[in-house]
Amino acid sequence: MGIKMRNYLLLLLLAVSPFVLAETNAEKGHAIALETDNRDKGWQDSFAEMRMVLRNRHGKESVRLIRVTNLEMDGDGDKGLTVFDEPRDIKGTAFLSYSHALVPDEQWIYLPALKRVKRISSSNKSGPFMGSEFAYEDISSFEIPKYSYLYLRDEVINGIDCFVLELRPQYKHSGYIKSHVWVDKVEYRRQKIDYYDRKDSLLKIQTFSDYHLYLERYWRAHTMTMDNQQNGKSTTLHWRDFKFKTGLADDDFKKNDLKRQR
Amino acid sequence: MILNANVKLWVKKIALALLGGLAVPSVLAVELSGYAGAEYRYFLHDSALPFPGQHVPSLVLAPEFYTEWDDGQQSLLFSPFLRLDGEDAERTHGDIGELQWLLVRDDWELRVGVGKVFWGVAESQHLVDVINQTDLVENSDTEDKLGQPMINLSVFRDWGTVDLFVMPYFRERTFAGRDGRLRGPLVVDTDAAAYESGAGRHHLDVAVRWSHSLGDWDIGVSHFYGTNREPQLLLNSTATALIPFYETMHQTGLDAQYTAEAWLWKLETIRRETDADTFFALTGGVEYTFYSVFETDVDVGLIAEYLFDDRDDARKTAFEDDVLMGARLTWNDTQSTALLFGLIQDLSSEDIGWNIEASRRIGDRWKLSVEGRFFSVNDNTSVLYPVRRDDYFQLELARYF
Repeated sequence: MGIKMRNYLLLLLLAVSPFVLAETNAEKGHAIALETDNRDKGWQDSFAEMRMVLRNRHGKESVRLIRVTNLEMDGDGDKGLTVFDEPRDIKGTAFLSYSHALVPDEQWIYLPALKRVKRISSSNKSGPFMGSEFAYEDISSFEIPKYSYLYLRDEVINGIDCFVLELRPQYKHSGYIKSHVWVDKVEYRRQKIDYYDRKDSLLKIQTFSDYHLYLERYWRAHTMTMDNQQNGKSTTLHWRDFKFKTGLADDDFKKNDLKRQR
Repeated sequence: MILNANVKLWVKKIALALLGGLAVPSVLAVELSGYAGAEYRYFLHDSALPFPGQHVPSLVLAPEFYTEWDDGQQSLLFSPFLRLDGEDAERTHGDIGELQWLLVRDDWELRVGVGKVFWGVAESQHLVDVINQTDLVENSDTEDKLGQPMINLSVFRDWGTVDLFVMPYFRERTFAGRDGRLRGPLVVDTDAAAYESGAGRHHLDVAVRWSHSLGDWDIGVSHFYGTNREPQLLLNSTATALIPFYETMHQTGLDAQYTAEAWLWKLETIRRETDADTFFALTGGVEYTFYSVFETDVDVGLIAEYLFDDRDDARKTAFEDDVLMGARLTWNDTQSTALLFGLIQDLSSEDIGWNIEASRRIGDRWKLSVEGRFFSVNDNTSVLYPVRRDDYFQLELARYF
C-alpha cells in the first residue's frame, strides 16, 4: 500500500512539476514580451530610409534602396507603406500593408509601369522579401498575440546580459516552428534571433547592432543582419534617418496614396 | 441646386489651392529616371502580305522627369516615350504618356494634364479600363496605353473614393502600318479617322468612378460617357484601306476582387451602349498562389478566367466565350526572375492564343525580357484570323537609369 501510494505520488510529481515549471516560464516569457512591446508604444508614426545589401555565398553584393513609413495602430498591427528606389527597374513600386495579429494582413502593391494598384494575398509569410534573406514575417510588425512565449534562460552575449525567449508563431503560414530571441535586460532591445525551420533545424540568425535612441524612449537598431545558415547567403539592413511623430494619419495609408509615391 | 453649390465649393477650393501653388520655389530639383532599350522581334512565319518582314529590330526610350514642391503636396511629372521601329513606320512613334500637375490635399487630389489611369482587377483583358487609349502598335496585348489629356479630381471619404474625370481631347488608337505585322490584309488609315460626334476628337468626355476597400473586398463602380476608345473599322470608299470610326458611348463598369488567403476572386463586367450596339461583357476568374513550392523560394500562381461577351459575334470581339488559363512563376531571387505563361481558348471555335513573358534583372541596372505570342486560329470569321501567321518571339534588353 505504502509503495503504491509512493508510486502514485511520484507519478503525480513527474506529471505535474514540468507543467508547473513550464507555466512559470511561459508566464515569464509572456511578461518579458509584453514589457518589450510596452516600451515601444506611443511613437505614433515613423519614417526611415533603408539600404538593403544582399550577399550571395561568393560575397557578391546587390543593393536595394527602400523608404519605409509606419503608422502605429492601437490594439492592432501597424500600417506600413514601403517605396522602392533601387534597383531602378522597380523604382516607384510601392507596397501598402495593414498588418493584424492573427487574421490575415491586408496588402496592396502599386506597379508603376502599369499604373496598377493590385490587392495581393498576404498568405506569403515565409517567402523572401525582395530576394533577400528576410522573410515577410521577419519584417512585419510585432504583435503580442502572434506568438506563444517561453522564457528559456539568462545569457550574456557580446557582453550584454539578456533574457532568452522561445517564440512559437500562432499565425498561419509561418516558415518557422520557433525562434529564440535574446532581449537585453536593461532596455529590452532585441540583440539576436535564431530562426528554426519547420523541421526544427537552425535556418537563420539575425543580429541587431548600432542601436540609437529616439525621442529619449525608442531604440532602433540601425544595422540588422540576417545570416542564412543553410544556404550561406546573408542580408544586411542599414537604416538611417528615423523620424517619429511626423503627423501622419490613417489617410496617409490608403490605397490611393500608393499611386503618388515617388 | 445642391450639386451646383458643391461645384462652386470645389471651384473655390481649387482656385485657392492654385493661388497657393503660385508660390513655386525658384529652384526645383528635377529627378530623372526611366529606361532605354533595344528590342528584337522575330516572326516565325512569312507574312501572308507582301511587305512585312520577319526580323524587326527596334529601340525605345522612356525617360521620366519629376519634380515636387510645397512640401511634396504639389508635383509635376513628365514622361515622354519614343519608339523607333526598324520596319514599320507606324510603330515608329512618340507619345507623352504623362505631363501632369498634381495637387494633394488632405481629403482630395487634383491632377491636370496628360495622365494614365488603370481600372480593374482581371488579367486576361481589361473591360472596365476605358480612360486611356490603347497603344496597339506598341504591343498587341493592349496593355500599353497612350497619355490622356484630363482633369481628374479625386475625393476621399470614409465610404470610398470618388474620381471625376473631364477629358477634352481624344487620342486615336495606333495601328500597324503597311510594313508592320499583327494586322489584317488592309491597313488602317489612321489619318482618315471619323467620329460619330460632330465635335470629333474634341468631344468632352466625362467619367466618374467610386472605389472602396471593405475588408477582403476591393470594389469599383464606374461610368464613362464619351468617345469609344475601340473604333469600328470600316472599308474606305475604294476598298483599299480601313477607316477607324469612333462612336460615342455610355459604359457602366463594375470591378471587384475578393481576397481570401491565397485565393484572389476577380470579376469585371461592363454594359456598353453605342448607336450600333448595346452589349454586356464579363471577365471573371480566380488566381491561386502556391508559395515557396517544393521548399524553394519559387511562388507559383495559377490563373483561370472566363471571358464572355453577349454580342456573340467573332467579327466584333475575340473573347465572346473564352477561357484563359495561366501560370505566374516568381523566383523571388536577387534578379527578380519571373515568368508568366497563359493561353486563351475560344470555347466555340477551339482557337487558341498562347502567350509567354519572362524577365530577369542583370546586375543592378539592366533587365532582359522575353515575350512570345503564338496563335492557332482556324475560324476565318474571327478578328484574330488575320494574325494567325504572326507568331513571334521577342527579346528586349533595357537599361534603367
